[in-house]
Amino acid sequence: MSRTLQAPVTVAFDYTRSTGPVVGRFLSGLRDGVVVGGRTSAGQVVVPPLEFDPVTHEATTEFVEVSSVGTVTSWTWVPEPVKDQPFDRPFAFALVTLDGADVPFLHALDVASPADVTTGMRVRVRWAAERVGHINDIAGFEPLAPGEAEVAAPAAASDEPVTGVVTKVSLDYNYAASPEESLFYRGLNEGRIMGQRCPTCQKVYVPPRSACPADGTPTEEEVELSQTGTITTFCIVNVPFLGQKITPPYVSAYVLLDGADIAVLHLILGVPADEVRMGMRVKAVWKPKDEWAYSLENIDHFAPTGDPDAEFDTYKQHL
Amino acid sequence: MRDVAVVGFAQRQMPEFDGSPTCVELLVPVFKELYEQTGWTRRDVGFWCSGSSDYLAGRSFSFVQAVDAIGVIPPVNESHVEMDLAWAMYEAWIKIQTGEVDTALVYAFGKSSAGVLRRTLALQLEPYTMTPLWPDTVSLAGLQARAGLDAGVWDERAMAEVANRSLTDAEKNEYAIRKGGSSVDELLARPMYADPLRKHDCSPVTDGVAALVLAAGDKAREVRERPAWLTGISHYVDPMGMGVRDLTRSPSAQRAGAALDLGGVEVAELHAPFSHQELILRTELGLGDDVAINPSGGALASNPMFSAGGIRVGEAAKKIWSGEADKTLAHATSGPALQQNLVCTLSGSTEGKNN
Amino acid sequence: MGKQPAAIIGIGQTHHRAKREDVSMAGLCREAIDRALLDANLTLDDIDAIVVGKAPDLFEGVMMPELFLAEALGAAGKPLLRVHTAGSVGGSTAIVASSLVQAGVHKRVLTVAYEKQSESNAMWALSVPLPFNMPVHAGAGGYFAPHVRSYIRRSGAPNHIGAIVAAKDRNNALKNPYAHLHNEGTTVESVMASQMLWDPIRYDETCPSSDGACALVIVDEDTAKMSPNPAWIHGTVMRSEATTAAERDQVNPQAGRDAAAALWKQAGITSPIDEIDAAEIYVPFSWFEPMWLENLGFAAEGDGWKLTEAGETAMTGKIPVNCSGGVLSSNPIGASGMLRFGEAALQVRGAAGEHQVEGARKALGHAYGGGSQFFAMWVVGSEKPTN
Repeated sequence: MSRTLQAPVTVAFDYTRSTGPVVGRFLSGLRDGVVVGGRTSAGQVVVPPLEFDPVTHEATTEFVEVSSVGTVTSWTWVPEPVKDQPFDRPFAFALVTLDGADVPFLHALDVASPADVTTGMRVRVRWAAERVGHINDIAGFEPLAPGEAEVAAPAAASDEPVTGVVTKVSLDYNYAASPEESLFYRGLNEGRIMGQRCPTCQKVYVPPRSACPADGTPTEEEVELSQTGTITTFCIVNVPFLGQKITPPYVSAYVLLDGADIAVLHLILGVPADEVRMGMRVKAVWKPKDEWAYSLENIDHFAPTGDPDAEFDTYKQHL
Repeated sequence: MRDVAVVGFAQRQMPEFDGSPTCVELLVPVFKELYEQTGWTRRDVGFWCSGSSDYLAGRSFSFVQAVDAIGVIPPVNESHVEMDLAWAMYEAWIKIQTGEVDTALVYAFGKSSAGVLRRTLALQLEPYTMTPLWPDTVSLAGLQARAGLDAGVWDERAMAEVANRSLTDAEKNEYAIRKGGSSVDELLARPMYADPLRKHDCSPVTDGVAALVLAAGDKAREVRERPAWLTGISHYVDPMGMGVRDLTRSPSAQRAGAALDLGGVEVAELHAPFSHQELILRTELGLGDDVAINPSGGALASNPMFSAGGIRVGEAAKKIWSGEADKTLAHATSGPALQQNLVCTLSGSTEGKNN
Repeated sequence: MGKQPAAIIGIGQTHHRAKREDVSMAGLCREAIDRALLDANLTLDDIDAIVVGKAPDLFEGVMMPELFLAEALGAAGKPLLRVHTAGSVGGSTAIVASSLVQAGVHKRVLTVAYEKQSESNAMWALSVPLPFNMPVHAGAGGYFAPHVRSYIRRSGAPNHIGAIVAAKDRNNALKNPYAHLHNEGTTVESVMASQMLWDPIRYDETCPSSDGACALVIVDEDTAKMSPNPAWIHGTVMRSEATTAAERDQVNPQAGRDAAAALWKQAGITSPIDEIDAAEIYVPFSWFEPMWLENLGFAAEGDGWKLTEAGETAMTGKIPVNCSGGVLSSNPIGASGMLRFGEAALQVRGAAGEHQVEGARKALGHAYGGGSQFFAMWVVGSEKPTN
């Protein structure tokens, strides 16, 4: 058995970026099949245009169309492309100074091997089949043989200025629980709620902690907790939201399990939402065993035991 | 300015940590080690500051749980930077300079192996026209290395010399992840990885935590016979754009160094995650052949994200504590291709302070 | 050696909106920065160092965005710091910036905090599902609503107190041209009639989700002389505790109480309610006004709601709270704390326009974050501190 529980997780979102006028001008150009630079106060043509001038700090307002042909000023080989790079086969990243520009810009260069690239080589933009106002409207650069010219881009589908761009960010991680959390989740997979006692302050933590937040000591002595506890406080969820699994209204409550010194947040079902009370005694209701995993979700919800409510004084220090 | 010294340093480094990305589990023993070094308890620490990144961990507020490792009843005077440990130390140094506190413990953590590090770092780039191409860290460094090779500012042999010396020195560093030098010729005979970089030109992916303790005046003298006095500290940032920078230079590193008196520096710990970057830094800081560079093995031996810069400070401080050197330099970097840089000098005496 | 005097001489903010689709991230920051510099009568070239603050990087999907923003913010060739302390970050960032001056290291520091929430979805960014962890089943307000219930139970406050706060702040926002929400005709009754979202929190008792930025120019004593109305810093404090700990008081957290006590001591204030003329307190859910009034020592424990109910937190009351409309009217998360700090400074500079408290001489700026665990606050005054 590995020391900790681990599982993959993907953190993904399609970001909706507003570009502002300068980046928007550049992306509008790409959509239209032209590369647009911005002129700085020092007279340099920079691609993509700088949003603000490095000297005057004013917004860039002078735009210049540059060639889609240029010269490689530096390059590097990408032997093992990572997800979402312009090519999924080995390629080069290159800094290319386009004719008419004074500084290079970064994009991919589609060549078969590092032997096919040299600093100083001439390259041209290969336009993507479909252009939407995105840096990927340039599929990449490709070598330009002597005598070859730039490739004109087919007409654009729209002439509205680009003001926004969607950036897909999707990152894959291997998530690991701490050893103490792993103990907790493994317990849940066996139908048990495991806590640990802090050797310094003697408080019982559930889930147990790599460091007791009060004194910085790792919790140690294992304590199996009761499946019965007291609602300390709660809210009634009336609002629908993204990813919600239960139809509102329902109750989200802090449940202080008997024997624990800290409450866990869980659902209260089996009672109308407006009848839930602070101090109500509740017990864990587990999902069918064949649905269990390493998760607090194995407990489907907590439901009233029917016992008399706990006195406020018995749990008020947990609010 | 008040006299402030580095009086404690502890670290953990590993190729792959199997625990939570909050690294609380690693911070607890590191803090314990620092309490042993200083003879303090947590209550003797006036200010805490940490450095880490949510994107490294893959979740928002990844630093929040890290304060558990301190033990925060009673609550603490604490801050966090989304930066390397070296800048957390800078914030603490400032705090001590205001006179509000006399002592600080700064820490940083990062589990680089949780994701694909070189890809994760593409999120650091300009988000409209760079990140969507996912230029990975190694590629950006490769563009920089090529620029210097083409311009004749350095050559492959010089890069291999850096790698060979680093990996040889790393053999004496129990925390080094990659170690074992051979010879420059042997390294040059190895295949290219991301042409013009070979694997040994690139720092290894490293998980880890590190922490430093700062103290002012007599508080520092109580802890160590020879505190490592921070006689100067300075940091600057350059524009990010790969096109608008001269990639063979690092103006921000030059500027940070120029703000300090670097005369008499015997040892320099430079945070250079790629071999050619050490060459740039040596030039920008004007470090001569008489300065020992990265006796710890440096970032080519181990580069735990968000603590590797601060570790340079710790390593440079150790040379002062032991009396091996009277004046050392530490450097930290952040961002693609040496965009942001911090330089500090440490000394066995408080004389000759820059700030 | 004590702290060097420091003062705020420039304050700028954006027009906060749900979606500022007309600007990029740099453009958003520069809108606030340019206003702050204009106010200070300085240019970016006069600035020694820049401190950037914002909440989680997942909000905009850029790791350490200050790096790509460096040039647009005028930070290239200068020292640049990035602070991140959860929701309190706007306040913490202002404190870090002021400490650069108070330490005597820099003379003119620019600080900016921003959030462009419309680039993603805050609820997604704050609750990315992690393996093993139970998915969040209560949504954004679900974290704080149970603690509001605890407050009501402990204090015996009547149910409409939260509505009083919401109606007050929304009406105050009408006097603030930068506020996100300009909801005319908000009354206690209309708030009470709004949908109950996370019982006991109603829709009108919650903050909006905004794009926005705030910038401050903080300078040393010499530079402050050029300003007709500097806001002098009388005290700054940061305190942190754990999100969850056994028997942690989540209604009246110790970190907040400790921070306030240290702040009043630093600022030489013995009776906050008598000596503070205006307070900008971080109130993302209306009930946090009475809770923080107690936590800050403006009222005894259990009595905060009485100040609210008596109208003492209105602009004409004994302790005007959130004359700007507060977080309830504009919430660009990373900037929200700095807006509190900046609005406090506007009050003592007599520059708050229509929402000015007449003759304000000392004001509080307050921010909190995480699970009510990170606190940042400052006191600013129209006079240079004597201590």
